[in-house]
Amino acid sequence: MSRAAPATAVRVLGQLRHDPRTVGLIIVVPSGFLALLRYSLSGRLGTFQSVGAPLVGLFPLVMMFLVTSITMLRERTSGTLERLMTLPLSKLDLMTGYGIAFAIVAAAQGSVVAAVGFGLLGLHSDHGTALVIGLAVANAVVGTSLGLFVSAFARTEFQAVQFMPAFVFPQLLLCGLVVPRAQMAGALQVVARYLPLTYAFDALGRAARSTRLGSGMRTDLVAMTLTALVALFLGALTLPRRTA
Amino acid sequence: MPTEAPEAVSARPQRRIRGTVAGQPRPHRADLPGVDTAIQLDGVRVRRGDIEVLQDVTAGITRGAVTGLLGPSGSGKTTLMRALLGVQRRVSGRVVVLGQPAGAAALRGKIGYLTQAPSVYRDLTVGENLAYFARLLGVGHDDIAQVLERVGLGPHRHHLAGRLSGGEQTRLSLATALLGSPPLVVLDEPTVGLDPVLRRDLWAFFGELARGGATLLVSSHVMEDAESCDDLLLLRDGRLIFHGSPDQLLGQSGATTMGAAFLQIIEGVRSGSGAA
Repeated sequence: MSRAAPATAVRVLGQLRHDPRTVGLIIVVPSGFLALLRYSLSGRLGTFQSVGAPLVGLFPLVMMFLVTSITMLRERTSGTLERLMTLPLSKLDLMTGYGIAFAIVAAAQGSVVAAVGFGLLGLHSDHGTALVIGLAVANAVVGTSLGLFVSAFARTEFQAVQFMPAFVFPQLLLCGLVVPRAQMAGALQVVARYLPLTYAFDALGRAARSTRLGSGMRTDLVAMTLTALVALFLGALTLPRRTA
Repeated sequence: MPTEAPEAVSARPQRRIRGTVAGQPRPHRADLPGVDTAIQLDGVRVRRGDIEVLQDVTAGITRGAVTGLLGPSGSGKTTLMRALLGVQRRVSGRVVVLGQPAGAAALRGKIGYLTQAPSVYRDLTVGENLAYFARLLGVGHDDIAQVLERVGLGPHRHHLAGRLSGGEQTRLSLATALLGSPPLVVLDEPTVGLDPVLRRDLWAFFGELARGGATLLVSSHVMEDAESCDDLLLLRDGRLIFHGSPDQLLGQSGATTMGAAFLQIIEGVRSGSGAA
C-alpha cells in the first residue's frame, strides 16, 4: 500500500469532520432506531433479540453503502476525480483510502449502537459484544466496497440514493432478517445464497446465539471478505481515467 | 467536414496560418528540428458523439516558455488540454508529453493541472486541501506555505474552501497545481474572475516559472492575456488557426491590440475557408 491510500483516508475523515451533522446522524440514528424497535416489540423480547442483535451489525453496512456512493459520486462530478487521475495515486489506492476511512467511522458507530443495544436495551451475546462490533466494522467495509462499485452506475445523487431500495432493501428482505429463509419460496432461498447481506446477517446471528460458532462462521467471513475484495476490484475497474 | 480526402488536405494551409508574414507559410520555431519541445501534437483529433471537437491539430510546445492557448469559448481549449493530460477519451493522432505518450503512468505528478472548474474539496480547509495533494505528491510543508504565499491565500489557510469566493477557489486549485514545482504546468483559464492586480502578478509569476525551466500552457479567452505569453496557439472551432509569437500576430494582422489582431485572424479564416 502506497502513501496515497492512508492520505486519502485522512482526507475523507477530514471531510466528515467538517460535517458534524452527518457524523451525528451516523452515530445517533442506529441507536435511536434500535430503541424504537425494542419498545415496539416490548411484549416479544425474544423477537427483539433475534432481529435487533443482527441489526447492530447491519446498520454500518447500509449506512456506509449510502454515504460512500454519494461521496464518490461527488468526487466524480466535482472534477476532483479528474485531477486525482493525473496524480501518482492508483485507483485501488483511492478505493482502499475510502475503505479505511469508513471502517474507522463504522467502528465508532458500531461501538455506540452496541453499547446502547447490549448495555441499555437488554440485547445479549454469549460470544461477547466485541465480536459483534468487529463484525459491524467488517460489514462497514463490505458496505463501502459495494457503495464504491455501485456509484459507477449513478450519474446524479438522486440516482445514487435510489440504489438503496434497488440494491440493499431486497437483500435485507431475503437475508432472513424479516422472515426466516427456510420459510421463503425455494427460488428465493437459492437467490439469497448468492447475496452478500445473507452472509453478513448469518455471521451476526451466530454471534448473538449461544451455540458454538463452528465452520458456518468461517464460511460467512470468507464470503464477506470475497464480496469486499471483488467489489473494490470492480469499483477500480469501473473508474475510468479517460472520460468523454 | 474534414475528411482524409486529398482535397481537404490541400485546403488546410489556407485555414491554418502559422507565424506567417504576408501569407507565406514559415514553420514556427517550435516545429523546427532541434528546438526543444515539451509537448508534441501530431494530427490530433478528438470526437465527442458525432462532432469532431478537435480537428487535426499539429503543434510543438516549446520547453521553458509560456504558451498561451487562446480562442473563443467552445473552441476546444479544454479538450486539447485534457488530451495531453491523458484524461480525454477518443483521441486520435499522436500526443507526446515530456517524451512519453500522453496519459503514461510515469507522467502522473509531473504535470500541474488546473481544471476549469476549481477541483477542490469544498468541505476541507485551504490548508487541508493542500496537505492532501502534497501527501499524494510526496511534497513537504515548505512547499505548501510557498504556493499559498504565491496565490495570496496565506490568510485563508484555516478557512473552508467552500466558503471562499469563486476567484479564491480558483487560486486554491491553482496552488494545488503548483505544488512540487512540476516541470509542466497546464492551466485552464487560471485568471478568470481575478482582479487586475492579481491577474498581472500571476502572469508575471508564470513568466518566472518559465525562466526557471518549467513549461507552461495557459488557456484564456481574454486576448489581452496574449501579451504576457512567449508563444500563442489560437483555436477556433477545433482548428488551430495561428501558431506564433505575439509580435508575429500583431505584425501579420497589422492591428495594434491583441483583441483586434485576434478578431482579424478569425474573420480572415472565416472568409478564407468559405462556408466552413
